[in-house]
Amino acid sequence: MKYWIVSALALLLAIALALSGANEYIFFAGFVVLQAIVLATAWNILGGYAGYVNFGVPGFVGVGAYTALAMHLLFQAPILVQILAGAVLAGVLGLGVGLLTLRLRGIFFSIATIAVVFILEAIVMNTRFLGGATGLQLTRPALAWGFDSYTRMLFVAMTAMAILAVSVARYIQNSHIGQGLQAVRDSEEAAECSGVPTLKLKLIACAISGAMLGIAGAPLPMYLSYVEPASTFNLHYAVIALAMPIIGGTSHWAGPLIGALILGSLQQIVTVTVSSELNVLVVGVLLVVFVVAAPDGVIGLIKKWKTSSK
Amino acid sequence: MENILEVKSLGKNFGGFAALSEVNLSIRKGERLGLIGPNGSGKTTLINCISGALQNDQGSIHFQGESIVHLPAHARTRRGIARSFQLPRPFRSMSVLENLMVPLAYVGGVSGAKARNQALEILAEMGLADKAESSSASLSQVELRKMELARAMAAKPQLLISDEAMAGLSGSEVDDVLDILIDLNKSGITIIMIEHIMHAVMRFSERLVCLDAGQIICDGDPQTVVANPQVHRAYLGD
Repeated sequence: MKYWIVSALALLLAIALALSGANEYIFFAGFVVLQAIVLATAWNILGGYAGYVNFGVPGFVGVGAYTALAMHLLFQAPILVQILAGAVLAGVLGLGVGLLTLRLRGIFFSIATIAVVFILEAIVMNTRFLGGATGLQLTRPALAWGFDSYTRMLFVAMTAMAILAVSVARYIQNSHIGQGLQAVRDSEEAAECSGVPTLKLKLIACAISGAMLGIAGAPLPMYLSYVEPASTFNLHYAVIALAMPIIGGTSHWAGPLIGALILGSLQQIVTVTVSSELNVLVVGVLLVVFVVAAPDGVIGLIKKWKTSSK
Repeated sequence: MENILEVKSLGKNFGGFAALSEVNLSIRKGERLGLIGPNGSGKTTLINCISGALQNDQGSIHFQGESIVHLPAHARTRRGIARSFQLPRPFRSMSVLENLMVPLAYVGGVSGAKARNQALEILAEMGLADKAESSSASLSQVELRKMELARAMAAKPQLLISDEAMAGLSGSEVDDVLDILIDLNKSGITIIMIEHIMHAVMRFSERLVCLDAGQIICDGDPQTVVANPQVHRAYLGD
């Protein structure tokens, strides 16, 4: 109950802030941090819960973004329909990628997921309708829901999606699916011999994770009013989607949320106060620090602190 | 007595190497079967084929009269075949109790307080009740072996396959685990035990099967099998 009250308050706060006269930059930066929460939470469902490291994140983000773009170009679809379509197609992609790759394990699975990014990027680059390699400048449709800028509207939409993503991850963790995925991560053979349908669970995780990554990418065309493949399929998404759960802790739904808040906020602060070039350095340094000093992330540190203080 | 498991003309190849060839084996309900043989003779491959961890290339496997070769491992577990592993494979991020909750949820369909109580009952039978809340990563070797058996029992099996559950244990620990296996058998569970510790094998087995180079070279009562010259040559030595 407490969780849902906090979630509802967060959404109401986001709406109130967006309708206020607050500085536009808050929403611009907030969108990026919220998108980071969705990315990290989505990645963690397969990478953290099941232990299957997916480097194909940009592929799913790209599918979300370009499906939304196609919906806009073809049907002038409203943003919610664009996001929904992006989620469905990215979910189907997740299922397909899972069917093709989930019999692979460890590094072989991860390499196979990278291939997905390059294949999808090559397809988009050679599709004139989607703007090809040079990209596409968009004319955004009229604003909805009483907002006076796209940045503000998408900030609220991304807040809702972040809440949805975290809620789904929380539900999975506390359900039989989460229990089974945890068993898969610890020992796939033992899980299978304990009655866990490992392939089915991994496919479910792949599809849900894919759909949520698609959700993170779907608002990008309307957010930037421009879309091109090099930045949409950028491997930077894969790095941060992996780094944030590691920093926050992969074993708990709150881990990616904490990691995204720390890393996303820090990156925005560094971008404004120092230079956007230092973004990657921040990711690298934090990742090394946490892998060496706190491999179970912030959640692990909190658990240790609680145990030692008993 | 009725056969619970029937393996006919079973074969398994790894590339050009025949790990199992023309293996025929029937096990009666409630039987205690010992499976011996030198390293690399195909014992673990045989139980991997039975439990579904490996797919056999030739032959058939019937469990309770029904073919199971097309079933994945988790479906075979749900039909009543459970196993422990040669190298213990606990769910390390879980407590001992949580390890048992996995098969209880996925095979028994129970969760929450009911599953917890059932898990505690099984742990008490294994002498692990005081370790229920401990992390499975913190267990000693004998505790790990017992926990693997407890986890297998949580799947409510009719056939339990114990793969070298006594490897690396002291004499008294071997007796401890052996007592558990014999008690489980008395409760009606058919057990296949792979083991190298011969005094444990002889105490446990009602029937003994010796594998060598992927083929059964002797099958019968334990005294007859250990007296067999072919078994001596292949496994026991002179």
